[in-house]
Amino acid sequence: MGADAALLLLADSRLPAGGHAHSGGVEEAVRLGAVTGTGDLARFLRGRLATAGLVTAALAAAACELAAADDPADDPADGVELWRRLDAEADARTASPAQREAARTQGRLLLRTSRRMWPSAALDTLARAVPEGPHHPVALGAAGASAGCTPRQAALAAAYTSVTGPATAAVRLLGLDPVTVHRLLADLAPALDDAAHAACASLGDAARQGRWHALPGHSAPALDLLAEGHLTNPMKLFVS
Amino acid sequence: MTAVTARALIRTEAADGGRTRLETLRSDPPLTLRQTGPRRVHLVSTGAGPLRGDRLDLEVDVAPGTSLEVRSVGATLVLPGLADTPSVMVVRARVGAGATLHFSPEPTVLAAGCAHRLVVRLSLAEDATVFWREEIVFGRHGERPGRGHARFDATVAGRPLLRQDLLVGEEAVDGSPAVYGDARCVGSTLLAGPAWAPPAVPDVKRERRAVLGDGWAALPLAGPGVQVCALGADAVQLRERLRRGEEAAGASPASGPDGSHGTPGAETGGLDP
Amino acid sequence: MGAHHDDLHDAAEPDGRALRLGIGGPVGSGKTALVAALCRSLGPSMRLGVVTNDIYTTEDADFLRRAGVIDPERILAVQTGCCPHTAIRDDIAANLDAVETLEERFGPLDLVIVESGGDNLTATFSRGLADRQIFVLDVSGGDKVPRKGGPGVTSADLLVVNKTDLAPMVGADLTVMSRDAAAVRDGKPVLFTSIREDRGAHAVAEWVTDMVDAWRHEHGEPHHHPVHGAAQQAQAS
Repeated sequence: MGADAALLLLADSRLPAGGHAHSGGVEEAVRLGAVTGTGDLARFLRGRLATAGLVTAALAAAACELAAADDPADDPADGVELWRRLDAEADARTASPAQREAARTQGRLLLRTSRRMWPSAALDTLARAVPEGPHHPVALGAAGASAGCTPRQAALAAAYTSVTGPATAAVRLLGLDPVTVHRLLADLAPALDDAAHAACASLGDAARQGRWHALPGHSAPALDLLAEGHLTNPMKLFVS
Repeated sequence: MTAVTARALIRTEAADGGRTRLETLRSDPPLTLRQTGPRRVHLVSTGAGPLRGDRLDLEVDVAPGTSLEVRSVGATLVLPGLADTPSVMVVRARVGAGATLHFSPEPTVLAAGCAHRLVVRLSLAEDATVFWREEIVFGRHGERPGRGHARFDATVAGRPLLRQDLLVGEEAVDGSPAVYGDARCVGSTLLAGPAWAPPAVPDVKRERRAVLGDGWAALPLAGPGVQVCALGADAVQLRERLRRGEEAAGASPASGPDGSHGTPGAETGGLDP
Repeated sequence: MGAHHDDLHDAAEPDGRALRLGIGGPVGSGKTALVAALCRSLGPSMRLGVVTNDIYTTEDADFLRRAGVIDPERILAVQTGCCPHTAIRDDIAANLDAVETLEERFGPLDLVIVESGGDNLTATFSRGLADRQIFVLDVSGGDKVPRKGGPGVTSADLLVVNKTDLAPMVGADLTVMSRDAAAVRDGKPVLFTSIREDRGAHAVAEWVTDMVDAWRHEHGEPHHHPVHGAAQQAQAS
């Protein structure tokens, strides 16, 4: 049994964890004219979900599983080592330094918020393991476990936030009809479920072995270029 | 037409005076290997393909202290075959301590109707150096691409450096401004080794900065490496962009054990914060 | 390990840290000029840090750096994704992170100023982010603004009415503004200033000094907090 209500809190855009200031590449795509309206926004979101969304879902599921397995009786040094290894797997799947920095910033803020909302030994261990801030999906999965969510729920929350943040940013930047954009998100609902399912299927018995090498690493070269280009924009409104 | 299975092997060994000797060069058609220099091997395609159902394995073993360059004579054209299963190409490369591998075959072209899986497992010793370029072209001129899934795993002393999947020909990613935009090909070059290691005492909240060009970026990784990624309208533009990125990342233009290798990373100044 | 080392994650734990001062107000009222003035006046006697919340990223931060009133490293800019009030009121995580980063890098500090992005009259700081807040108006918005109130005007610990030198030109009656502000502010102080003429905003600086002294008296001398950095990393390994 997962904590359904906790999942809603975790995925809510009002969760005070700094997510509102990230556009996931949309601001730069808008600046370059790659996203101009709902048509290309729909393709942007679908592509983002199939790549970065799937990867974050898998990492969140893995983190959730790892946090749930956190046993206070275990040697804390082992826990620290496992979290560092999972975070390193996130690093290896994020070639763009701008994206790593954005992921760590969001992860640090989410960890800060979730440690007050759902205090747990696993979150403390994670904070100790990666003091500069874990990748966002790693923090999300750990927060999910502390809130009682299952890996599948954590994966779903990760997939969901991988598209809702950019969608909201597009509404603000392009003045799009918010209902039209939410229709796009509604159309993505089956793909969100699929991503969460695929994320969990990729886990296997990863947590028990602490081996996450086989998790998906779907890359999106355009997102990498957008993330780096965003940093060069002196008039940017969003962090990423 | 029947599916083929092939296993080819390249292995170096250290000879007297710190020289590299090709210890094994085992071709297995259609994977045919030719030695074209003291430390250079060309992959020569014999026969069409790969086709659906084919399973090709190439193993590259660069012994400690040696260096090797692997290239190919022409592009690889992946075609649809009769079998239901995709064609699979697996490259496993081990690069030993102090060894250098330069791997830069010509592009892989995913012809309409193909289904191809490319798997690369690259395992580096702590102080090994690698230049690894991959280029994928979405279909021949004017045709829709077949389906492709490339998976790339690079580890350094067992630690993950880069793990990536690239999907081509899937509805969700084709034409997405988040993935390839309107590009017709995608490529990347991994430059890995001590020369591209992050500073010993990194600013925990500040990453090394990328170098960004038109359609390409040189991305410093969290570990000892830089990935150049590029998108292009055609293979010529893609190569040009990759070369610019490689140069920005500090790979000398003729880098490779037979070329004037220079000092890798000597020009990485642009990548510092 | 318990949660004993992470007390700073709870903003309600004020002991031994700097006073966090929020400065808010509408666009163009002179928030950044006031921050610069305070740096000028207080810099010699206090250890300062500044966090800016620009609409356009680093514009205010760059202004402050160019003004040369504070070590540029002690200014951090927070991006707010088109929603400046969200970043100081509803979701303060990024601002708290910036404040703690300054305290970690340069601490102990006496005062951290958080300047909001220009917003409207309803924007106020969360008590989780700012211990005290100043709301800055200017006379050119018209002398009716204080009467109209709004949370910024009514609840700020100090209301600053800036650009008094312009009052005759825009036909603003300072007496009316003063009377109206007093009526809606329940006795909380109001200061009139022209930062163009008083580049140290000395009256405001004096008020801030009092606040910092009172804070230190109540919560003790600020000491260094390693929150997430080398110190804690060393602890972990």
